[in-house]
Amino acid sequence: MATLKESLALKSALLSVLLLAVFLGLWQLAAQPAASGGTIVDPEYAKLVGQAAATGSKTPMPTPADIGVALWKHLSDPFYVRGTNDKGIGIQLAWSIGRVLAGYLLAAAVAIPLGFLIGMSPLVYRALDPFIQVLKPVSPLAWMPLALYTIKDSQISSIFVIFICSIWPMLINTAFGVASVRREWLNVARTLEVGPFRKAFRVILPAAAPTIMTGMRISIGIAWLVIVAAEMLVGGTGIGYFVWNEWNNLSIANIVSAILLIGLVGLVLDQMLARIARLVTYPE
Amino acid sequence: MTMFTDPFDAKTLLSRRCACGGNHTPEQHLEATRVAASTEESWWTRVVDAAVLRAVFPHDAQRRLFLRTVGASTAMAAISTVFPLAIAREAFAQGGAPEKRDLKVGFIPITCATPIIMAHPMGFYSKHGLNVEVVKTAGWAVIRDKALNKEYDAAHMLAPMPIAISIGAGSNPIPFAMPAIENINGQAITLASKHKDKRSPKDWKGFRFAVPFDYSMHNYLLRYYVAEHGLDPDKDIQIRSVPPPEMVANLRADNIDGFLGPDPFNQRAVFDGVGFIHLLTKELWDGHPCCAFAVSKEFIAQNPNTYRALLKAIIEATAFASKADNRKEIAKAIAPQNYLNQPEIVLEQILTGTYADGLGAVKRDPKRIDFDPFPWPQFAIWILTQMKRWGQIKGDVDYAKIAADVYLATDTVQLMKEAGFTPPDPTRKTIVIMGKPFDASKPEAYLQSFAIRRS
Repeated sequence: MATLKESLALKSALLSVLLLAVFLGLWQLAAQPAASGGTIVDPEYAKLVGQAAATGSKTPMPTPADIGVALWKHLSDPFYVRGTNDKGIGIQLAWSIGRVLAGYLLAAAVAIPLGFLIGMSPLVYRALDPFIQVLKPVSPLAWMPLALYTIKDSQISSIFVIFICSIWPMLINTAFGVASVRREWLNVARTLEVGPFRKAFRVILPAAAPTIMTGMRISIGIAWLVIVAAEMLVGGTGIGYFVWNEWNNLSIANIVSAILLIGLVGLVLDQMLARIARLVTYPE
Repeated sequence: MTMFTDPFDAKTLLSRRCACGGNHTPEQHLEATRVAASTEESWWTRVVDAAVLRAVFPHDAQRRLFLRTVGASTAMAAISTVFPLAIAREAFAQGGAPEKRDLKVGFIPITCATPIIMAHPMGFYSKHGLNVEVVKTAGWAVIRDKALNKEYDAAHMLAPMPIAISIGAGSNPIPFAMPAIENINGQAITLASKHKDKRSPKDWKGFRFAVPFDYSMHNYLLRYYVAEHGLDPDKDIQIRSVPPPEMVANLRADNIDGFLGPDPFNQRAVFDGVGFIHLLTKELWDGHPCCAFAVSKEFIAQNPNTYRALLKAIIEATAFASKADNRKEIAKAIAPQNYLNQPEIVLEQILTGTYADGLGAVKRDPKRIDFDPFPWPQFAIWILTQMKRWGQIKGDVDYAKIAADVYLATDTVQLMKEAGFTPPDPTRKTIVIMGKPFDASKPEAYLQSFAIRRS
């Protein structure tokens, strides 16, 4: 059985590598600059424009090799500071992660207690439901102008946007988890005359923990998605600003290397929460 | 960096020219600025010492000879006996000293902001005792909000923005002032390469254009241009507000047919083979204002000395930028990632005016972009007529009063004199746009003379 599993893992890994190689190979071929033969312009003009424009075409998409070079350049010196608007990619990522964690932890601090309350009291659940249903589908970036206008601080505004987008999955999952704790367990607690706090922490919380963790895992994913967009909008620092700044320079190679790093950080954040979630699961 | 080098060092050249004339890289310049700002006290000491030494020995050669002969400490002592150096240092540091030295100034990464940006690497701010952080910002709405939030002490804005903010068009009315224009000219209409043969606006029905902001000279000039050719900008074409950096990407993606936008993005479209320059806005109105240096009235009231120092730095930087000989050096200073983040060759073409037009020709126009800080009140009045023409403001407009309130020509006159420049006479200015003269004393009549208008 074990050998079968191992060989499956090996096969799937091989397939992944193969897919990647095919993809990169096709990309490299497709992005080759078109063979010259376009209009040849005078040399003075050619000096003033990009290589592609000199032969009458558009600057082509960078090849995977170009992106590798750009990525290596960023990774080999990730923490430089060359002025307010030019900092290494490591510093930018740290800013983004910091903002995400601040907004996310604030959201957790609000959503989990509130979710408990909603889950335990059908009355509160019904009273708050319309608000949650209306606010939940609002794109977090739509809050940005309002936040800038009322909070009057772009730093706090971007943290607020993270807060508002990561609160809903946690709130709803907590409420759902708390509401669906098995009746029998609550009845046992009642028969043993357990106090309300003890009941909340020793019975409901462990029972609802897996559902709450699922909510938290969804939230961190959303928060990481949103921070890039929020920073592109507000600028200043962060990986979103980095992408915007390179967009400004129309440097696709730098943007793609940032995309790879954003994906990698998102994966790490998700896996961390998955680990924690595994710790609190219990067999029925 | 003569200001920050030790004037009592015989090896130091101590001329009146700004340091940026020296043969060092902008990075070294920046480094020197940072060192200077960190040791503020000794910085003031050196500025005063340098000033005194300069007065005693107007010629560098003489001073160095003297220092080499007697040594620095003897020289100090000798000068102190005839001139109270210590008192001068103190008086200078207190009297005109800025109330607030650490400032944040926001900018949009376009060549219009050249004076605001280059004043940082080239040391114009530090020369006036200011430690200015120039912060790149993503768009005009964000720069407006950050300026209103006081996250920025001063900001690079489009010339119509301080007027719009002050009268409350598109935001809450907050008194803003515009003591200096950044650049004149320097914009262009860029069209997608596929429209090579549609050079007359009459063929532009249904085109989608981008301008940087609703309250921008770009918007008003594009509207003016197509309206003069008989197209109604609200009905016959689409005009969208798109942040400048996104214009080329949109043009490439075929989301727009063209844009009237700021450089470097016109030239960048040519550089990447995406579009061509249809015309320079200079051809519509030679000498039109574009971007502005704006501060809130509150900031001026609370920090009068800082404001004066800041404005002087801007005026000097603008004057430096207006000289054609300095343009290549400026292109090099503002090209790095920290500032515009553009290929140097693109910036050089814009600033020197020798450029590829995107159709295979090299054109020469040294005044493609120019820098002139003077905030002519006539500019403000023209902008107001266009705001009213396109329905951005309604009802009666007190043109002259708003112009005088926002475009602080009197301040600029005074500071230009202090900085050693000759200010122009604010009442004398002729404006001609596409052959049609504008008389600032009769704004309503001017407005009524247009066939296509919303009010």
